[in-house]
This record gives sequence, C-alpha cells and structure tokens, in this order.
Amino acid sequence: MEPFTRHTGLVVPLDRPNVDTDAIIPKQYLKSVRRTGFGPNLFDDWRYLDPGEPGMDHSRRRVNPDFVLNDPRYRGATILLARDNFGCGSSREHAVWALMDYGIRVVIAPSFADIFYSNSFKNGLLPVVLPADTVDRLFREVGARPGYALTVDLERQEVVTPDGERFAFQVDGFRRHRLLHGLDDIALTLQHADEIRAYERRRAEEAPWLFQDLQAVRGEGR
Amino acid sequence: MGAGWSAGRAWLALTARVATLAGLVGEIWPMPARTLYDKLWEAHVVREEPDGTALLYIDRHLVHEVTSPQAFEGLRLAGRRVWRPATVLAVPDHNVPTTDRSQGIQDPVSRVQVETLERNVREFGLPAFGMDDPRQGIVHVIGPEQGATLPGMTVVCGDSHTSTHGALGALAFGIGTSEVEHVLATQCLAQKKSRAMLVRVDGEAPPWVTAKDIALAIIGEIGTAGGTGHAMEFGGAAIRALSVEGRMTLCNMSIEAGARAGMVAVDDKTLAYVRGRPFAPKGALWERAEAAWADLHSDAGASFDRTVVLDAGRLLPQVTWGTSPEMVAPVTGRVPDPDAEADRVRALGMRRALEYMGLEPGTPITAIPLDKVFIGSCTNSRIEDLRAAAEVVRGRRVAGNVKLAMVVPGSGLVKRQAEAEGLDRVFREAGFEWREPGCSMCLAMNADRLEPGERCASTSNRNFEGRQGQGGRTHLVSPAMAAAAAVAGHFVDPRELVGS
Ligand code: SF4
Repeated sequence: MEPFTRHTGLVVPLDRPNVDTDAIIPKQYLKSVRRTGFGPNLFDDWRYLDPGEPGMDHSRRRVNPDFVLNDPRYRGATILLARDNFGCGSSREHAVWALMDYGIRVVIAPSFADIFYSNSFKNGLLPVVLPADTVDRLFREVGARPGYALTVDLERQEVVTPDGERFAFQVDGFRRHRLLHGLDDIALTLQHADEIRAYERRRAEEAPWLFQDLQAVRGEGR
Repeated sequence: MGAGWSAGRAWLALTARVATLAGLVGEIWPMPARTLYDKLWEAHVVREEPDGTALLYIDRHLVHEVTSPQAFEGLRLAGRRVWRPATVLAVPDHNVPTTDRSQGIQDPVSRVQVETLERNVREFGLPAFGMDDPRQGIVHVIGPEQGATLPGMTVVCGDSHTSTHGALGALAFGIGTSEVEHVLATQCLAQKKSRAMLVRVDGEAPPWVTAKDIALAIIGEIGTAGGTGHAMEFGGAAIRALSVEGRMTLCNMSIEAGARAGMVAVDDKTLAYVRGRPFAPKGALWERAEAAWADLHSDAGASFDRTVVLDAGRLLPQVTWGTSPEMVAPVTGRVPDPDAEADRVRALGMRRALEYMGLEPGTPITAIPLDKVFIGSCTNSRIEDLRAAAEVVRGRRVAGNVKLAMVVPGSGLVKRQAEAEGLDRVFREAGFEWREPGCSMCLAMNADRLEPGERCASTSNRNFEGRQGQGGRTHLVSPAMAAAAAVAGHFVDPRELVGS
C-alpha cells in the first residue's frame, strides 16, 4: 500500500448526505475480479445519462452535465468533500477502489459509515472527519472560489485551507501509523503468529466445538 | 450518562487488566456487570495494542463470490496460505440465476466470478457449497441453517449483512475485501471495540407487525447513521417474543441503522433453533456448548453507551417511501413534505428521493401502485417469511397491474421445506413465480431486476437509488405487506385485506 503523509489537491463538493456504496460504484461493476479499473464508473448512475455495463467504452457515453464531477471546474480533483454518513450501505471495497482509481486521495465528511471508513485505510485513502459546521463552511468556500485546494496533513492531523486556516482532525494511532508508513497489515499480524496459535490451543480446550472441521462434517451431510 | 457511567467503565477496564496480568486474581476479583458484546469481544481478544486496537480471533469466515476474488489473488501474489481452512464456508449467491440452472450461468461476467470462487476454494482447500448443491443459498441464510454459525462465535463475511448471524448471540459483522484477505491469512482482524448500544423494544407487537416492521421503525427513529460506531444489542419483551428467524431479520437490518453488528441474547429459542443442525455440536460436546452459551446475555446492571426504547404495541406495518431505509412511514401514513423539514440538508435529500421515486408529497402510502413484487433476500427469505406471505396470498390472485411477483427462497433447503408444505403451490396459483435460491432482485446482479421507473414492493433491505436495477424504485416492506401489496396492486393495510 502507498504511504500517505501529506496531500494537497483540488476539492470537489458532493452535496448530499447518506451517499451509499451502491451510488459510489453500482453493482454491475462488482463482477470484476480485479482491484483496478473502477475509476470510469465511480458514481456511474449520476455521472452518465445512459445506463452503463462492464466492458463498455465509457469515454463514449453521454455524460450528465449537471453532476458535479463533470463540471470542468473540478477536473483533476483529488479531495472529495461530502456530507454525513458517507459510504453507507454495503461492505464493497470496490467503492474505495473506485474513488482511488478515479484519483481521489482524501474524503472529508462530518461522518462516515464504519465499514467504508475501515476499508479506506486499507487502501491508502484517507477519510477525514470534520465537524458539520466546518464542513458546511468548506462547502461554501469551494463553491465561491474556483480552484479551491486543501492540504491534508496526516502527520500533523490537520486540514489547511488556502488562507492558511487549520482544522485539526482525529485518527486512531494504529491506523495512522500503518497509513503513514504504508505497512502491510497481514505481515504485521503474522508477527504475532505464536500468540494466535497459543490462543487457539487455549480456546480449543475451553470451547472445542469451535474447532470442528466443516470439511469433515461435510462428508456426513451428503 | 454522567460520571457514574464513566466510573463504571474505568472499573471494567481496571478489572480486565488485572485479569490478564494474573488469571488467579481475575478469578477471585468480583466480575462487574458486562454486556453481551463485552463477553463476546473479550473471549476473542488474542492481544491488545496500547491504543486499544485488539487482534480479534475469528471463528467462522463465510465467503461469497463478489468480495473474495481480489482477496484470494492477494494471497497468491504474496505466496500465503489460508491459516485455518476448516473455518471457512464458501457459497456463490449474488450472481446465481434463480431460473433453471441446468444451463449454467448465461451472463459471461457473472459466470467468471462464480467460476473464480470455485477455482479458489479448490486451490486453497476450503469447505464450500457449489451452485448445484441442494444446500446452496444466500450466505446469511445457510450459515445459521447449517449450524455453521453458532452462539458465542465471531463471524465475519465480506458482506455488510453479516450482522444477521448476531441473532444467535454471536458477534458477527461485515468486512471489506482487504479484511477478507487478512482473515484468510491470519484468522484474525485488527479491530477497535465499538461502543455498546441497547435497543429495547418493549410491549407486544400487534398482528401484522413483524420483525421487519420493528427494524424499519427503529431505523426511522434513529436514522441510518443512528448506530454508527456501535454494536447494537436488541432486547425487551417484543424481541424475546420474536422467533430466531425474526431476530435474524432484525439483526440483518442493524447495518441499515449504521451499526456494524447487531445481536440478541441466547435463550431457549436460540438453543432449540441450533440443536440438531448439521454443523452444530452433538452429544457431550453439545452439553458443554449449551452450558457455555447460557452466559451469552448482558448481565443485569450492565451499562450501555446508548439506549433507545421503543414500544412495539404502538407500531404499525411500515413502508419506505424514499431512497434510504430511514425514509419510512406507517402504512396508514402519507408521503411527507420536504417543505415541512427544517433541516436544509435533510430537506434536500428528501426532495431528491421523492423525485427519484416519482412521488408527490402528501400521497397516501396506500395509493402507491406497484409494478413488481419481490419476496426474498437475506432479510426475509426464510421459511417463516414464506409462510407469512403465503398466508396472505392463499386463495387470492396477484393484481392485474403487477407485472411480476416473485418468491425467491433463501436456500435450497428453505425451498424444499416450503414445497413440502405446499407453499409453492399457493404462490404459483396466485400468479407468483417460484424461483431457485439466491440474492436475486435484492441487488440485481443476476438477471432479475427492475427496469427504469418500475416500482417494487420488496422484502429486501436497501432502497438505494438503482439498487434493484438502474432507475428502479424500491419500497421496503415485510413479507406479509409485500404479499398483500401484490394482491391489491398497491400498498394496503394487511389488517384490512385479511383482517386481524
Ligand atoms: S440478499 Fe441482498 S443483502 Fe443479502 S447478501 Fe444477498 S445481496 Fe446482500
């Protein structure tokens, strides 16, 4: 995973609450067995006027000029400004992959759905929680000033406006550490393999029914 | 929630620490009152970081075809194996056709995904039910049905509705694909403990008010973000009165209230449900398990970070009118008016939703006509759901304006059971289609979907834009309401259609 330390980028405002993962990446694209290539279909139903299917040439589709991502003024945006409960709905990590593939590195919102929040960190996308009134202000500023860019500093845990104003945000230490250094979660956990085995030994005595082999029982079931 | 509460938590933390430092001291130390969530959590902590991040051991890992390919690919690329293959149960459900399967899957992209799962389970040696196995079905239906998910377990799946399994007194939650890979490789997850929330539903639900109506009413009350950051326990007389299947419906929808996990304490109903299931412990092992499970409830006096209380006696059958499950009204109600909403962002959301749904403010819910009816999904496709719907449908006909009414059982075994009870005939004679098990029109990844503008009464869990097909309009309801709506051609108070 790419480390994330500090990022400056153009901000695109998506002014609706409860943006769900079905909206971020519609289900027909979940049929892919890869992690990449979802960018053209980010917000597909909102971004295009015609229905989309995997395998189409998306550059030839009819774009919805009223959707904010299609506004030339926000072309190349890497920071998404959003409302409450962003990423609610399914666990699909494809939502994060689609945002990343499109070029988004940071999402700022007053709140996120839990699974989306956790998925983001696994992929190097930084979800930033700011108070609702701060987010409200940022929405107004982005709307009023073309080219509005923010700097998001994970090391110092602050968002810096073009005027140099700073807003602090919280990230839990463990996640921050992993993201700052782009660490592989699995490798970190496997450092504790002995502890996992010790837990399994203890647990197998305490609750042996948890250690039945489904494969063995499967033979009987047939 | 003042000082008394935080003092209580500090006490708990202190006691827990002492217990880990010296097991003996922990045993004679008086145990403070713990929530069900505390108990499930603590039993699975392998280690803990100073910041409170725990390595949590996972007992059961359910896998389906949509969120797993990239995880297996990750394992292969890193040359890693599966830590404990015997804990996995894999099944294809999202992409499978619900019509004749002898021809395989027609859609090539869906087929690749299902075949990829088959290849992966072979390569890594994982227990799995194939598409043609009679036990195949929606992952959250077959887990409990097979006894593969049990009380006291930690259960994960790359699917947000994993919360369903919490109905058995388990800690069950959905994870993303990176976490699927992590659990496959390590049998653990790095997690921080959520806050604990109690949703207490007192009183007695009136006739026709089902677990689904309770779930929708709760979401209407606290909102789709109401449970964010919380593990949600359901308690109270109305919950105890629910069958285990009904509790699954409720826990299934806890994610729609923002909670990652939902759970219900173990009681006699839970034990009766689990006993004798294929993967459930047997004989002496059962006795031991049963004894251990007796503790799977919140202790008297356990403190929750948040408590919400509802009176089931005041509830009515619910129907969603918008594009978020919180946009819900009783069947006797009307589509609300955004102009009457004070909050600007909320009013905007309502306006967008009404525009998408093609509804005018003030329209009575019962005046909304339907094009399609879908009875199925991991929320409401168990035998009890089909019985409830069949009861309404029996001797009646699907209304002329309803183009398609379909029943999709949650699993092959549910289907077989329903057929043994003659429910398939009841549905067929009324004009319903009777299908093969799978996710189907819950998210329309297979061939079952809404056309743009079509309006559907659906027993599934999400009414998001495009969820059941691009431009499709979803109203979430209970199986009884879906059946009544199919017969009437519009939403109808089932009490009026059938009587109470
Ligand atoms: S039935 Fe619907 S909600 Fe349940 S697992 Fe399938 S797609 Fe997800």
